[in-house]
Amino acid sequence: MGKTILEMKNITKTFPGVKALDNVNLKVEEGEIHALVGENGAGKSTLMNVLSGIYPYGTYEGDIIYNGEVCQFQKIKDSEEKGIVIIHQELALVPQMTIGENMFLGNERGTKNAINWNETYGEADKYLKMVGLSETSRVLIKDIGTGKQQLVEIAKALAKNAKLLILDEPTSSLNETDSRALLDLMLEFKKKGMTMIIITHKLNEVVYVADKITVVRDGSTVETLDCHETEISEDRIIKGMVGREITDRFPKRSGVKIGDINLEVKDWTVHHPLYTERVVVDKVNFNVKKGEVVGIYGLMGAGRTELAMSMFGKSYGTDISGTMKINGKEVNLKTPREAIDEKLAYVTEDRKGNGLVLGKSIKINTSLANMAGVSDRGVIDTDKEYNVAAEYAEKLKTKTPSVEQLVGNLSGGNQQKVLLAKWMFTDPDVLILDEPTRGIDVGAKYEIYCIINDLVASGKSVVMISSELPETIGMSDRIYVMNEGKFIAEMPASEATQENIMAAIIQSAGGGDKS
Amino acid sequence: MAKNYMDVLKKNAMLIVLVLVFIFFTVMTGGQMFQPLQFNALITQNAYVFILATGMLMCMLTGGNIDLSCGSFVCFLGSVGAVMLAVKNMSTGLSIALMILIGVVYGGVLGFLIAYVNVPPWIATLAGFLAFRGLGTAILSNNSTTGSISLSNNEGYMALFSGKLFGTPVGQLNITCIIVGIVAAVVVVILNFTTRARKLSKGYEADSASSVIIKSVLAVAVIMLFAYKLALSGGIPTVLVWVVAIVLIYSFITSKTTTGRYFYTIGDNAETTRLSGVDTKLIMFLAYLNMAVLTAITTFLVTSRFQAANSTAGTYYEMDAIAACVVGGVSAYGGSGTVFGMVVGATLIGVINLGMSLMGVNADWQKIVKGMVLLAAVVFDILAARKNATK
Repeated sequence: MGKTILEMKNITKTFPGVKALDNVNLKVEEGEIHALVGENGAGKSTLMNVLSGIYPYGTYEGDIIYNGEVCQFQKIKDSEEKGIVIIHQELALVPQMTIGENMFLGNERGTKNAINWNETYGEADKYLKMVGLSETSRVLIKDIGTGKQQLVEIAKALAKNAKLLILDEPTSSLNETDSRALLDLMLEFKKKGMTMIIITHKLNEVVYVADKITVVRDGSTVETLDCHETEISEDRIIKGMVGREITDRFPKRSGVKIGDINLEVKDWTVHHPLYTERVVVDKVNFNVKKGEVVGIYGLMGAGRTELAMSMFGKSYGTDISGTMKINGKEVNLKTPREAIDEKLAYVTEDRKGNGLVLGKSIKINTSLANMAGVSDRGVIDTDKEYNVAAEYAEKLKTKTPSVEQLVGNLSGGNQQKVLLAKWMFTDPDVLILDEPTRGIDVGAKYEIYCIINDLVASGKSVVMISSELPETIGMSDRIYVMNEGKFIAEMPASEATQENIMAAIIQSAGGGDKS
Repeated sequence: MAKNYMDVLKKNAMLIVLVLVFIFFTVMTGGQMFQPLQFNALITQNAYVFILATGMLMCMLTGGNIDLSCGSFVCFLGSVGAVMLAVKNMSTGLSIALMILIGVVYGGVLGFLIAYVNVPPWIATLAGFLAFRGLGTAILSNNSTTGSISLSNNEGYMALFSGKLFGTPVGQLNITCIIVGIVAAVVVVILNFTTRARKLSKGYEADSASSVIIKSVLAVAVIMLFAYKLALSGGIPTVLVWVVAIVLIYSFITSKTTTGRYFYTIGDNAETTRLSGVDTKLIMFLAYLNMAVLTAITTFLVTSRFQAANSTAGTYYEMDAIAACVVGGVSAYGGSGTVFGMVVGATLIGVINLGMSLMGVNADWQKIVKGMVLLAAVVFDILAARKNATK
């Protein structure tokens, strides 16, 4: 194939006490899409930070050879000048600024002291077209969806004259349609000769776009697979990532008896908190039985999180109507506290934003939602608090030296376990798990699934909100499909396939137009 | 082992700075700083900082929120109190009760505006900062020709909030003071060792025996030094009792109670705390209610020390309180900081003030130095945090 555009040779990067990268080698050919996969903490992002100059030359060992010359990047600007542009997982856009302003932020058009706005917006529109966006560049970032924001990030990279584009988890916050559109855009850029490196956890995407796959494990490159020589299956990639064969991605649940209805929701309707006439959840009816995992599948923006949060003590929305019964008793939950007291738990999808207190210890996070359980008349029993946290850390196999460790220092999978521990400690009957495996690696996902199985085995009910079809089908007993605020289908997991779920969504969207 | 020593040094950096600064001023003033009267002055002159900074700490924990109005409120409440005590000749008990009530009402209104109406704290309290200074001055000029009301005749009031407990003449060793010092020292030592023994018996991480011994020896030395010096200066200043009581109560609240815990988690992530079933608005409300009550107590100490209410009372007190917190390692963004740290910060600023006055540094330069110390403390904090983060 083409010539080698980038070679990273024997890269070693150590942080005090940790060897993050150990003799990593990566070779990327011009005009290919190279996927970098590995578990969380394997070193993918560190490697890309070395490449883009975030870790300046001299703080690591080894060589970066780009277009035949050894590079010594001191800062991001240096690598960008060579055409290496990285798009980070967390979008770096200013919501209150227009697309055009964002696109040339730090790279403004015009003279040294004055910005030329016509040139700014003119050029911005040009780049927007290249990524297939029809918006004008004068629209504010906050007024467009996440999918489009991701495209703006790419347009911004193009504006920097990118030759080698690095995309770190570009689809982690996109729904399936937007993800597919983004991947197709990547394939189109490839045809034009752009070289790309994509970091992702979603293996179906890797199989879809990648020419080559490099697997990173524990700070070293394990292997590079060529997708054109042989067909590479997802299982083959997982084997490389975890170093062993995972025979079943979803642990079997056997002998769990499904009992009476534990939670029942009728005609649940929620309005948007600001645009109060907009209906976000529309007359939803559903139930969960004891010992049952119910999956709620829907695309991003279908109203799943809004449904869950509005149920959890009216944490979202206004003008909420409908009835909710827990254990046969009708409840009217006005605050999160009342919800917790009625044995309902909401395990958020946004663990950093509203699930955990990152600057505090595992211990403090574990007890936060049930301080009464570790205190007497408002005075904390510090020994008991420590023991509770330590017990859950052991039970959920949280990897940490001590429960005094700050949660912010843990990997995504371990943070998720602390979040689960926090809610399990409130001793709920019904747990609503919102995207319980988002952004965590294959090994940790499996462990989370095992925890879910243990929960229902002990007679609790689990409502699992997910936008991953395989996970929904693999873990649920029963599945509800949600779209545009409505529940449009219900089926036992045994009858569910990826095809009939997607068909239900497409059908309901089509039906909605006619009526 | 060397790493352990470094950790200990880092953890107690401000404490070490405090000792070094104290030694520096002792040398520069030819030993004057080490005189018994200066120990007494250090406490009586800075009592207001300790108490206001305790309230400020609780506000700052909730997310870097501050109260700019406390200094002006001291002036206002002081003049109202002086009118009741010295002009209307009301009883001491009733006057104190009414002053606390006014504090509670103001704190309630302020807390309501900030927690439930969502007025940004610095704006809500800026209004108070302006209004109460004006109100206080107006009340004083309406009731007195000099713009100041003397309280020196109200002996009961004065005895409650100033003077000495079981006072003796300066230079004579006050036995009560020494006994209290010994008791305090013994209690601290016993607490240090029982805490360690309890931790070990339950199998938790505990400090090594040597570090507990060193800690205890240092604590005993500091307590006894203070007791001895205060004994020679005439006895325990009454304000010290107030300060110690408040510091101990709030140490307990912040480290041992669920309510105290919520102040910290809200400062770090309010939304997480809310979804964990905590009434976050109530906590914000409490922070400002509490601040106003502590400001009322401060007012008693201040008017009593000056034996009068006047229109300049409380000027810059809010800034002193904020500075004490920040120098003492309380995060300007909320979520972290301890009462002990704040006490060290307040003492450090007090020592610098006193030392410079003794050296005869003029007031302008004192302000410049204080500003620099504040800036240095924050920069040091940020750099230390950054170093920890890259570990």
